[in-house]
Amino acid sequence: MGVEICVEGLTKSFGHQVIWQDVSLTLPAGEVSVMLGPSGTGKSVFLKTLVGLLKPERGSITIQGRDITRLREHDLYEVRKLFGVLFQDGALFGSMNLYDNIAFPLREHTRKSESDIRRIVLEKMDMVGLIGAEGKLPGEISGGMRKRAGLARALVLDPEIILFDEPDSGLDPVRVAYLNQLIVDLNAQIDATFLIVTHDIASARQVPDNIGLLFRRELVMFGPREELLTSGEPVVRQFLNGRMQGPIGMAEEKDAAQVEQELAALVDRAPVEELTPRLLPGPGIPRPPRWEAIARREAALRANA
Amino acid sequence: MSLSPIGALRHSGNLFAMALDVVRTVPRRPFQAREFIQQAWFVASVTILPTALVSIPFGAVIALQIGSLTRQLGAQSFSGAASVLAVLREASPIVTALLIAGAGGTAICADLGARKIRDEIDAMQVLGIDPIHRLVVPRVLASMVVAVLLNGLVSVVGVAGGYFFNVVLQNGTPGAYLASFTTLAQLSDLWAAEIKALVFGAIAAIVASYKGLTAKGGPKGVGDAVNQSVVITFMLLFVTNFVMTAVYFQVVPQRG
Repeated sequence: MGVEICVEGLTKSFGHQVIWQDVSLTLPAGEVSVMLGPSGTGKSVFLKTLVGLLKPERGSITIQGRDITRLREHDLYEVRKLFGVLFQDGALFGSMNLYDNIAFPLREHTRKSESDIRRIVLEKMDMVGLIGAEGKLPGEISGGMRKRAGLARALVLDPEIILFDEPDSGLDPVRVAYLNQLIVDLNAQIDATFLIVTHDIASARQVPDNIGLLFRRELVMFGPREELLTSGEPVVRQFLNGRMQGPIGMAEEKDAAQVEQELAALVDRAPVEELTPRLLPGPGIPRPPRWEAIARREAALRANA
Repeated sequence: MSLSPIGALRHSGNLFAMALDVVRTVPRRPFQAREFIQQAWFVASVTILPTALVSIPFGAVIALQIGSLTRQLGAQSFSGAASVLAVLREASPIVTALLIAGAGGTAICADLGARKIRDEIDAMQVLGIDPIHRLVVPRVLASMVVAVLLNGLVSVVGVAGGYFFNVVLQNGTPGAYLASFTTLAQLSDLWAAEIKALVFGAIAAIVASYKGLTAKGGPKGVGDAVNQSVVITFMLLFVTNFVMTAVYFQVVPQRG
């Protein structure tokens, strides 16, 4: 059914360097959230902190009433079974072929027979469109296939929470579009809580229920998609429009006077922005009530426009 | 690599903590038999040939030194006894240590390091699998078993090499060499050497695994980790060797 993740006052630093501080947000159960941010703002670190691979200095992460940051190693391994994580490069085990990679969690954690395992693995491989590549080694396939295989492995234990670390990096726009559709379809099918860490604006506009933006060592904003897409906050506007004028600079941040000047010079300051239509589950996918409601809302928006 | 004393202390502490984790995890079921056999085979395959090739000249050097020394002292009848003693007590554990650390340890460290920087280790932890249990324990046990077996190999090859050089090249008397075999050496020397090898195997594998699992910073990080793991292992092994030898002489009564 999906699980809510409640993050409270989270702070992480490496040595004296603060990565981000005082991050508080709630990922609602069963919804898709996107965490945006310029490169190097600790998005991946945030994701690794959520699964307990990194320990934050302060704050708490509550999942099913348990605080991840205070769990003992042994209990942490139990809680992690709720998670499926898609790492940047798929993080497949290089010594195993795709089939064994995807079967790995089943063989380790369940007592299913090989024929059951085979059925589940082939089902998940079909879901991500990898049928026929079972015998390939991770080194022999393209980055896009590695990602999809990583996704199939993350799905195999029916996780309640799925985390995506830059699912679109290194993929061409067409494959990104397919992957986004796959993410939406998956959400309609398995109802898990999704968090996607990315800096791809197009995906962020189409896919999620909620968007968050990390910048300057803090969470600038987190809220429903519409709220962020129509927000007047300069950082949010700059990032979502992918333009140079604004507080985000090449290295890190710019001085305030320069930002003022740039924003004043900006001709296109249209306050009302066209809301990008939301990506809906494909035609063959049965929609749960939540997605029915979203589809109705989208249709109404289109009708008004 | 930071050279601050606090950094060094932290690393030592983490290394020791991982060693404790390994000890605590060894009894946990299910035992990873497949991984253990694969790793034992792998470590054996990278170490057997170099070990045999290193132990022949090692035995020869000892034979040459002792051969000329015993002639100078007029104690040729003891050359067999002395060279067996030297090979069995010191040479074989040291050669085993060098090879286990240099060939086995580096391979383990490079393998785990490459997995670490490809996020495979993180992925494994997220899938709810403890890398210590799944990867490190089988490697440590495999390296211990192989070290014990290698120690036997080095002893045999070293003694045979010593015999060849002493008898064939230095014109020693075969009878005297063989007859004096057990005048100084005793069975407990062999046991002590095997225990040393067991401990060396464990240390080499634990250090290599620690360095591999904490590798960071891309391919160069893996290279650095391998380099450091060899240096650290050698330092630890020679210190351990000294301590174990000292304890051995206190505990086991010597002949003669």
